[in-house]
Amino acid sequence: MEHVNYIHNIPFASIFLTMFGGIITPLFRNGKVAQKINFVIVCLVGILSMILLENVWQNEESFTFMMGHFPAPWGNELRAGPLEALMALTFSFVMGTTMLGGAKFIQNDILAEKQNLYFVMINLLFGSMLALIYTNDIFTAYVFLEINTIASCAIIMAKGTGESIAATLHYLIICLLGSGLFLIGISLLYTITGHLLMPNIQQSIIQLTTSGEYAFPFAVVIGMIIIGISIKSAVFPFHFMLASAHPAATPASSSILSGLVLKSFIFLNIKMFYCVFTIDLIRSLKITNVLFLFGLIGMVVGSVSALKETRIKHMLAYSSAAQIGYLYMGLGLGNHEGMVAACFHILAHAATKAMLFLCAGGLMSVSGGKDGIHDLRGAAHKNLIAGIGFTVGGLSMVGVPLTAGFVSKLYFASATIYSPQKMLITLLTLAISMILNAMYFIPSAIAIWSPVEKKGEHIKLSRRMEAGIAIFIVTNFLLGIFYKPIIDMIELGISLL
Amino acid sequence: MNKKSKWRHFVDWVNGEEAIETPKKVTLKKIDFEKWKTIFQKYLWNDRKKAIFYLIMCVFVSVVFISILLQTVNTLPYFGGSNNPASNEVVQRYIESGVEETGATNIMAGMILDYRAFDTFGESNVLFLAVICVVMLLKKDKYNTTEAEEREQKEDDMFEKEDTNIILKRIANLLTPLIFLFGIYVVLNGHISPGGGFSGGAIIGAGLVLYASVNGQQKMQKFFTYKIFVRINVGCLLTYCILKGYSFFTGANHLPNIIPKGIPGALLSGGLILPLNICVGMIVACTIYGFYALFTKGEI
Repeated sequence: MEHVNYIHNIPFASIFLTMFGGIITPLFRNGKVAQKINFVIVCLVGILSMILLENVWQNEESFTFMMGHFPAPWGNELRAGPLEALMALTFSFVMGTTMLGGAKFIQNDILAEKQNLYFVMINLLFGSMLALIYTNDIFTAYVFLEINTIASCAIIMAKGTGESIAATLHYLIICLLGSGLFLIGISLLYTITGHLLMPNIQQSIIQLTTSGEYAFPFAVVIGMIIIGISIKSAVFPFHFMLASAHPAATPASSSILSGLVLKSFIFLNIKMFYCVFTIDLIRSLKITNVLFLFGLIGMVVGSVSALKETRIKHMLAYSSAAQIGYLYMGLGLGNHEGMVAACFHILAHAATKAMLFLCAGGLMSVSGGKDGIHDLRGAAHKNLIAGIGFTVGGLSMVGVPLTAGFVSKLYFASATIYSPQKMLITLLTLAISMILNAMYFIPSAIAIWSPVEKKGEHIKLSRRMEAGIAIFIVTNFLLGIFYKPIIDMIELGISLL
Repeated sequence: MNKKSKWRHFVDWVNGEEAIETPKKVTLKKIDFEKWKTIFQKYLWNDRKKAIFYLIMCVFVSVVFISILLQTVNTLPYFGGSNNPASNEVVQRYIESGVEETGATNIMAGMILDYRAFDTFGESNVLFLAVICVVMLLKKDKYNTTEAEEREQKEDDMFEKEDTNIILKRIANLLTPLIFLFGIYVVLNGHISPGGGFSGGAIIGAGLVLYASVNGQQKMQKFFTYKIFVRINVGCLLTYCILKGYSFFTGANHLPNIIPKGIPGALLSGGLILPLNICVGMIVACTIYGFYALFTKGEI
């Protein structure tokens, strides 16, 4: 018997473990059991990803994994390197902590008999995100993108109220627009390259660009694929779906949608840039400039919309739209440093926004479920940990040193040095956007901390929620202080893509 | 009306009671923006004009997209041409050694359930997910059903019992077993002849829908309850997951695979393709019937 390299089996094992968890969950009628299974699986995947990251980082390697008995262009293939492993680790960490912190909201918001179905969705959503991270085949990416779309709509809808169903419809229509464009793009790409596997497509594309054949369909393909994925990640003109989806969903769903689902599409976009279309081609076709422009507009428009809101969840939703703008600005800079900054911002924003939504949910639950910022006056005194979490998250969004948000903004700013023609506008927009961030986060932080005369009745808080938020706070500071090894990992990962 | 001072506005903003908005009335060098705005809304941008504008924009965007796509299709290689980029070594191996490598004479079944089984696993999960979503949305609970609806439903059921459409019932009851038989045939021969889990499952599902719509859901519930529905779905997907997980694990690590391929063309051949086709077929049948039952009654 040959030697089995168990490390190389980790991507496959993580995907199948989560899918397995999703499939068996409907058998358990009790939501709490389903939750425990989900938590155990997410933790296992987190540990596996950590082992994988440790190994690929030490060996500085990336590898492909054959799914089945047939080698790559005939069968399916997975691919893992430091960046993929880091993303998988972050996703499982954020997923696990959100599920820990949001357990109470899920139990309160979702009908008891349907809670187990909610965890089916969470498991399959997580599995599909892992598959999107590890896949090396664009059709597999499409299949799991479909799972991702359906499951993310389901977790918005899970609350079952009229508002959440309307929000789901809005979200679904925009998501389907993105998926449709992506699918048309893939089928046209297959027709002109004859491959579905990423490295093979890349070779064909290099041949096509040198020979100049099929120039027009190729331009259409690039447009459709990049636009399709960007729409799904809620880039500027399509960010309105977030504003309706987040307030209507339960806080745990909002955290996962904003923190992870959108990020998985952005990661897919990065993969498309490096593994399918080469980064030089993307730059020479000026795609980066288009994304850059939409990123900048998104940053300002998202923040201004957030500033106009008096309801906390709408505010956070628009703030997410602004942060997606940051990410596209990073991609749009078109250089290696911008990409590194964008990848770091994926981690930083995933950890921060997930925490903010949980804290907002926690603050709302102690102030009678109202979501106006003035209704939350003094809520931080009743729910101390959520108040601290919200403040730390807000500071991180603004970009105060020692928090995760500071590091990503620092790297965005320093990445502009390598793209001199975009430097001035990027720095100006960054400055404006950070001031706007401060203008809407600081008043809400003041509002929640302002002293109240009469002590409200003591509300018993969930231990698990406190633990979840505390873990997020610590992570935020850790990311903000010990960021160097993570940046090194990302740099290594991008160079190996 | 008491006018708020600027300080008051600021305090309210800090307290989160007021959002920063553009001032209601801006007068700049004696130009009344408010007046211009109302004139603009009245003559240039009223609801009717807005609707017309959106309509024109819709048509415009669609026409642009259609022309781009038509132009693209026009420049694509001729369908089925021998020099196409898609006619490469991938397709060649599927056609030339597909039968030998997968043991299935239906190359399509070999492709979707052996070469690219991971994608098909994803697709079956999509079906499962879709039906679970519909259960989440439509299965009766306190949010989506009112008492009046409940009563109406009961009356409908009473009416259904009295309904004696004898010819329809007899013919449908005659046809249903035949449809099932045909569906099962298509599923079982998926690796030998055209067909397979998806198409056979759709036929069985159609049979279930026919039986349920003629005989009423209550008769259906005697042998097909929600519990059974969940168990079939979960059982089939679990089988798929475990079988394919084993196959992927042995394949990727170059371990010996104990599953025999059989003689191509025999019923028991094709390695895992036959059991996987059965699983997919049952999932598809359950999904189709599940959609029908949930959309009509909100109950399986």
